Amino acid sequence: MKPPSFAYARPGSLAEAFDLLERHGEDAKVLAGGQSLIATLNMRLSSPALLVDITAVPGLAGIAVAKDKARIGALTTHRAIERSAELGAALPLLAQAARHIGHVAIRNLGTFGGSLAMADPAAEWPACCVALDAELVVARRAGERRVRAREFFKGLYETDLAPGELVTAVEIPLPGRGHRASFIELARRVGDYAIVGVAALARPKGETLEDVRLAYLGVGPTPALAPHAMAAAEGKPAAGAAAAAQAALDRDLKPAADLHTSAAAKMHLARVLTGRALRALAP
Amino acid sequence: MYHSTQAPHMMQDVFARHLGIPEANVRVVCKDVGGSFGIKVHVYADEMATAAISVMLRRPVKFVADRLESFLTDIHAREHDVTVRLACTKAGDIVGFDLDDLTAIGPYSVYPRTSGIEGNQVVNLTGGPYRHKHYRAKMHVVFTNKNVTCQYRAVGHPIAMALTEAIVDRAAAEIGMDPAEFRRRNLIPDDAYPYTAFPSGLKFERLSHHQCLDKLLALMDYRRLRAEQAALRKQGVHRGIGLAAMIEVTNPSPAFYGVGGARISAQDGATLRLEPTGMLTVMCGVTEQGQGTDGIFAQIAASAVGLTLDKVRVITGDTGVTPYGGGTWASRGAGIGGEAVLQAGRALRSNILDVAAAILSADKAALDIVGNEVVSRLTLESKLPLAELGRVAYFRPDTLPPKFQSELTVTRHYTPREYPFTFTNGIQASLVEVDPDTGFVKLLKHWCVEDCGTVINPMLVDEQIRGGIVQGIGAALFEECLYGPDGQLLNGNMADYLVPMCGEMPDIVVAHVETPTKQSALGAKGVGEAGTAGAPGAVMNAINDALAPLGARVTAQPATPDRVLKALGKV
Ligand SMILES: Cc1cc2nc3c(=O)[nH]c(=O)nc-3n(C[C@H](O)[C@H](O)[C@H](O)COP(=O)(O)OP(=O)(O)OC[C@H]3O[C@@H](n4cnc5c(N)ncnc54)[C@H](O)[C@@H]3O)c2cc1C
Repeated sequence: MKPPSFAYARPGSLAEAFDLLERHGEDAKVLAGGQSLIATLNMRLSSPALLVDITAVPGLAGIAVAKDKARIGALTTHRAIERSAELGAALPLLAQAARHIGHVAIRNLGTFGGSLAMADPAAEWPACCVALDAELVVARRAGERRVRAREFFKGLYETDLAPGELVTAVEIPLPGRGHRASFIELARRVGDYAIVGVAALARPKGETLEDVRLAYLGVGPTPALAPHAMAAAEGKPAAGAAAAAQAALDRDLKPAADLHTSAAAKMHLARVLTGRALRALAP
Repeated sequence: MYHSTQAPHMMQDVFARHLGIPEANVRVVCKDVGGSFGIKVHVYADEMATAAISVMLRRPVKFVADRLESFLTDIHAREHDVTVRLACTKAGDIVGFDLDDLTAIGPYSVYPRTSGIEGNQVVNLTGGPYRHKHYRAKMHVVFTNKNVTCQYRAVGHPIAMALTEAIVDRAAAEIGMDPAEFRRRNLIPDDAYPYTAFPSGLKFERLSHHQCLDKLLALMDYRRLRAEQAALRKQGVHRGIGLAAMIEVTNPSPAFYGVGGARISAQDGATLRLEPTGMLTVMCGVTEQGQGTDGIFAQIAASAVGLTLDKVRVITGDTGVTPYGGGTWASRGAGIGGEAVLQAGRALRSNILDVAAAILSADKAALDIVGNEVVSRLTLESKLPLAELGRVAYFRPDTLPPKFQSELTVTRHYTPREYPFTFTNGIQASLVEVDPDTGFVKLLKHWCVEDCGTVINPMLVDEQIRGGIVQGIGAALFEECLYGPDGQLLNGNMADYLVPMCGEMPDIVVAHVETPTKQSALGAKGVGEAGTAGAPGAVMNAINDALAPLGARVTAQPATPDRVLKALGKV
């Protein structure tokens, strides 16, 4: 299908981008990698009068890993994250998750910031950012503000972003040496959005798991942190942690059916993945 | 009319009659139209409206459906709810099949091929590979407020074969016989042909079920796989092996449509013309959908006449140019169109040699055509390039003997006369691994041994089979038109309607047994639908073989994780 006609602008600075967004208000839409937005236009689910392509704005792409945190620019592509050796060492969760995003051609264009702004509940990055307790750097004409990923996702495709605001970067506190990560998802075909997925982190101490974190995708309108399951697993050996988290998970998740999978099957699959992820975290 | 269709002459007839235009004034041109799979062999309201508007406005009108429109109006297929029963002796001999098919076809029957054909095939073909004495089949057709259904690649076969093979596996399990052994016992013997003993009336000229079964079991190393399966089960790995024998209707005679009153040609023709330059133009009523018809017509014509492939040009899909014909459906292109090309080629070769004999004042019987030249049959010594022969025949016939007329254009037609259908046969096997915790099915490998008679182009034949198998796997595991309770299609896009993609496809091993049909000189049977016909049954049987020790069984297609989990009682 073909999109409705639209105008196109490619600002060379943030200030110019804010000008355009201010002038055109609701009629304008930010374009990053285009891997979600162009599809919505082609399906005629959205018909903005102007696309503001931010890919020429300098300074929005790139990865920087410091001692206690990593910073990922909004325009950093999925593929760049997948292939970054630095990130692979500091935040292995991200490379594990990246492989599941669409296909290579999509990962070459799609961006980290775009995925977070899109807020698809079945997407990988939002769940990872929730598990990692990442902080989004949001810019507007008046300046910058920061918002925790755990507070950023408000509803189905809804975020904390106000009109005229852009995600410029994400800062992720490093969970520290010795932590382990496991990202698992189930999708019918390679590259499909997940039926259910889990982003799991923990620091093994002896036989037990500490600082357990579990965030789910594909189980509701937003990525879902599972505080009850996390608490149940905390301080237990992996097998015990798995059983305890599975038993507690009902209190955290209330998945709705999707086209192909019933709510009950989703809940069952979330429990299966919880067990697999926690066992994979064992030292 | 530039039209994305598989049946240009049928559409010419339809447009002419429905719009009240003399047929001679309607020309339907369909170029390489791309994948069609039966979808483009029907008459659609949008296309009739486009033609009607063009007539009313007296100007060209163009209509292109977008993806959603295609999903909503292109024919759907295979909505069946079937109960099948099998009777066999304790020793393992099949006695009979009993079948009750409820099929939904949408709000009306699609013109002009009718939507009843699919169910008709199900009741005709179930049990087809196996000897049996008793047969009862009932079909109930109901209308629904969903989209129409009609003929889609391997019409009815995937259902009939999946039913047959599922109940055959159950019978084998009930009497405690290995499923391969049960099939060996019951497949029609290779020396029983012509076989006309079926109570349902199917007639088989010559099939090779047992050769195919033996070859398949050797190819897949069946015993080793069974041993490996048993060993892995002890480690909690649930693999399944599924077999599916099949028969396929190809090269149909008028029994399909003509006798039912549909104005659809069962015959096809080919015209071959030697050009003055020594090039050969081939025009045939069969169309090209990407399956390689043009390629094999070029091969057949080149070898029949004695040319190299680069000298042959093929024109198909134009009612203003080609002989009258049926087009592409029911695996008829190679077997029917190809035979017409072969016969025309042989006749043209003879006519060319007449001209050569006249030019060279030689005995025709001493001449032959090899590599674009007339040569001495005995010594292969070059006598006359065809380009020179063409020049003389067209531009200097004055130099030929008085009264000699050269005839360098030949048309021949072919329609199968001895059997209503030229059945093919084959057998497939699937190896899968089922994850009982997630209900996910992983395809590990797939095998197919198929007998399409003469293999004209091995690469095209193998890829037809592979593509067909992938389409069959789509039905078994992925594809389904989902409707809401209000009759709205819920997944009319390629993100939500899951087609099989390369990431999930297993290696597919293909091998052949060649039993040419004696009805034609070419000996080719069809091959375009065989893969699709057998694959769903093989995959479903493999899944159920994996689930058997867990006491579960899936009977609905596609076997989604949700359905597998339900079968396992996990949700
Ligand atoms: C076939 C296919 C399969 C896919 N599979 C997956 C998958 O499995 N998992 C997955 O997560 N994704 C998947 N995607 C989507 C892909 O990851 C997108 O790249 C991503 O969702 C959006 O990023 P983008 O840079 O392409 O953003 P765009 O499409 O350009 O924009 C998306 C939305 O975000 C807004 N936006 C973009 N950047 C910013 C910003 N910096 N600040 C504020 N707003 C912004 C846009 O205005 C728009 O509303 C798939 C896409 C396709 C085509």
